[in-house]
Amino acid sequence: MNTELLITDVRPYGGDAVDVLVRDGVVAELGAGLDAPEGASTLDGGGHVLLPGFVDLHVHLREPGGEESEDIATGSAAAALGGFTAVFAMPNTDPVADTAVVVEHVRRRGEEVGLVDVHPVGAVTVGLEGAKMAELGTMAGSRAQVRMFSDDGRCVNDPLIMRRALEYASALDVVIAQHAEDHRLTGGAQAHEGVVASRLGLAGWPATAEETIVARDCALVREAGAALHVCHISSARTVEVLRAAKAAGVRVSAEVTPHHLLLTDGRLTSYDPVNKVNPPLRTAADTRAMRAALAEGVIDVVATDHAPHAAQYKDTEWQAARPGMLGLQTAFSVVVHTMVEPGLLDWRGVARVLSERPAEIGRLPDQGRPIAVGEPATFALVDPEAQWTVRGAALASRASNTPYEGMRLPGVVVATVLRGTITARDGKVQT
Amino acid sequence: MKHLLSVTDLDAATATGLLDTADRLKQALLGREVRKLPTLRGRTVVTMFYENSTRTRVSFEIAGKWMSADTVNVSASGSSVSKGESLRDTSLTLSAMGADCVVVRHPASGSAHRMAAWADRAAVGGGGESTGTHTSIVNAGDGTHEHPTQALLDAATLRDRLGAIAGRRVAIVGDVLHSRVARSNVFLLATLGAEVVVVAPPTLLPVGIAQWPCRVSPSLDAELPALDAVMMLRVQAERMHGSFFPSSREYAVSYGLSQARAALLPDHAVVLHPGPMVRGMEIVPAVADGPASAVLAQVSNGVHVRMAVLYHLLAGAPE
Amino acid sequence: MANDRRGDAHGAPADRELLSAADVTRTIARIAHQIIEKTAGDERAVLIGIPTRGAVLARRLAAAVGEFSGTTLEVGSVDATLHRDDLRRRPARALEDTEVPEGGLDDRLVVLVDDVLMSGRTVRAALDALADHGRPRAVQLAVLVDRGHRELPIRADYVGKNVPTARDEQILVLLTETDDVDGVRLRRGPTPEGAPAS
Repeated sequence: MNTELLITDVRPYGGDAVDVLVRDGVVAELGAGLDAPEGASTLDGGGHVLLPGFVDLHVHLREPGGEESEDIATGSAAAALGGFTAVFAMPNTDPVADTAVVVEHVRRRGEEVGLVDVHPVGAVTVGLEGAKMAELGTMAGSRAQVRMFSDDGRCVNDPLIMRRALEYASALDVVIAQHAEDHRLTGGAQAHEGVVASRLGLAGWPATAEETIVARDCALVREAGAALHVCHISSARTVEVLRAAKAAGVRVSAEVTPHHLLLTDGRLTSYDPVNKVNPPLRTAADTRAMRAALAEGVIDVVATDHAPHAAQYKDTEWQAARPGMLGLQTAFSVVVHTMVEPGLLDWRGVARVLSERPAEIGRLPDQGRPIAVGEPATFALVDPEAQWTVRGAALASRASNTPYEGMRLPGVVVATVLRGTITARDGKVQT
Repeated sequence: MKHLLSVTDLDAATATGLLDTADRLKQALLGREVRKLPTLRGRTVVTMFYENSTRTRVSFEIAGKWMSADTVNVSASGSSVSKGESLRDTSLTLSAMGADCVVVRHPASGSAHRMAAWADRAAVGGGGESTGTHTSIVNAGDGTHEHPTQALLDAATLRDRLGAIAGRRVAIVGDVLHSRVARSNVFLLATLGAEVVVVAPPTLLPVGIAQWPCRVSPSLDAELPALDAVMMLRVQAERMHGSFFPSSREYAVSYGLSQARAALLPDHAVVLHPGPMVRGMEIVPAVADGPASAVLAQVSNGVHVRMAVLYHLLAGAPE
Repeated sequence: MANDRRGDAHGAPADRELLSAADVTRTIARIAHQIIEKTAGDERAVLIGIPTRGAVLARRLAAAVGEFSGTTLEVGSVDATLHRDDLRRRPARALEDTEVPEGGLDDRLVVLVDDVLMSGRTVRAALDALADHGRPRAVQLAVLVDRGHRELPIRADYVGKNVPTARDEQILVLLTETDDVDGVRLRRGPTPEGAPAS
């Protein structure tokens, strides 16, 4: 770790080419034509774009309990290959991450693997059951330093429990991340409630089930004075609720997944459950609204909701299949395709939605930092020109449930650097 | 035709061809001493029903037997299915055993599509070569999606009774939202040129039905005098607990086919019901058993239509 | 059967005429006389055609028999498709009409009628189909053209014309009811892929 690394010929935020000298994990010098000190290792940047390392507020690493689909080692590898330097691991594991013991285990396993900072997310309620608040204070004060709590996969549906959690959290400098889905409106839901699902005979997940929870929670958090983060926004109407709440000064942030930026429910006609996800893929109008809201800042960040599932949970009839799709290694490409290429985001904007804002929301002081002398050398080096074809079997995750199978996408992560250490380079994890 | 999964697999010519074949088969069997054709000798048809349906299963079984296919029934209870075997494994096992056709009824929408995808994958080996297994999948009802042979037998019945389907006005009444029969019928009858009208409480209409090839009407009484046929859908008791409508009494008053309502139909109009009927709820006995009712003709046409489907899937050379 | 003959009903220039329209009429009349002779006034005899053109011929023969003898024979048709032994060699084909006269076939003399006799496989299938409809007293076979190449021990009782052919030739039977013109022609070139061997 305490060695020097010279990264040559990179363009920070797509600007002019410079060299970056890293010493002890920190940027020591930044400028053109730097000489490599003796004994320093080098990384040829090839004129590619240098961004701060990506931060993903929403992944499922499946450990403990779901290791047939993913574990912290394979999930960390996928993260590093995708340009991520920090990820937030959701608590719907077995056992649920609702105690200090489980969150500390996740944090420690992440450190042992060492490819990406793994920040466990604690459960809001015991067992994700929505009934009794989990020990938020103990988890926040544990070695795992939990800063985000969520029942993701389930909504904290009871308004009283949600209100108490927000009030309690306000004293802890933590954020409550809500999976916005009114379960009373989505009983048995299998797909976006719309023309496609009704033709296919799939029970509908109405957009109002998301919209109403977000509206309710914005009202609750305003009173409680806490911070609310809304997971995986999927509907155009929810964007309007958020816009109004933000204009009124509510402390709310929101994320959108790459798949809700790109994919629509038109893919469902094959009934291939690789397209099954919660919240469901919606209409083309919704994806357009997601892109516009992300560009405008109404939606703060892109988070993957990386959700690996082993084949036996996916290659089934639609109704029996578990919802979720891989996201870590395709997120950057989808952002380039949906946001950068159409001119909705420049590289500063990409840094904002994939790194800076997520680090702020997740309260990570050493991630999402500017590329400047004295700052952590935590980067994603990306080639926006190159294209690649997605093959689920070739991804680092243990499962291969990618909806982008066979798709040709722009944007390749050339290297990932975490505090001066190269964690991934040319598609290979550096161990 | 490799599989029959949805009526959208059928264009007007193919659907009409199936109905014609059904007519010819009926004719070929009429007045025979031996009601058995050698056509599917040596072919194996498996019926795999994850939901109970004596009517549909027996109809397929008779259709197979009358064409000399070997028919095997698998029911979800009493097989490896009840031991937790996945639909995929069960389906691949039947293909590997040499089933030429699997007729499947399953509570999950799209199950037949999935089985067809698995069967097609099993038909191709690792090197892209044929493995010699060609299993055709017939959807005998998948969740709330489709029941294509029911729509075909309804079309056969309407063609018999009305002389044609094109230009005829058919109302489908009741729980369209949860009905696979309604989905198959709306799209097949529209393909065949009928004018389809859907009548249901707003809570039992699917989202986006405005984009289906049918018209939605709020009033059954207003439609009846101009109908050539009316198809009453079964209303399941559990819908009452889902707040879809207040009570069975109110439903029957608004949407049930009473004698007074049936009297509003033109003389030539046909009353259909896919069965099993909830007498007194969506239809009263006097109408169900009356002269306009084609309920039993539907059942007997069911066998001939299913023979026609098996004939087109299994009799010719594999595609 | 024999859809291939429909598309070019009037024949290509390379076709050689075997029977003219007048020959067809004369041939049918001759077979009708033979049937009258052989059935010896059996008014319960029945003419069963194999669709499509065999069924047309059966109706013509019945009309001719009626004209010459005053006896009106019943006519029907039996589609042999469901009994064929070559179903799996081509895509599933459309079925044709089966119409068995009132009173069935039991203990009656059946004259089976087809247009062309070749391998004998269609006749074999038709015999099986007949057997499922009843037990005729006897079955006789009438064909307009016998072109040889038998693959089964089957022989016609009434033959309009014997035509020695090569396997790579086709016999086109045209009848006004189905083809707008009467005639029999010989065409060079093999029977199109998938067409059944008569």
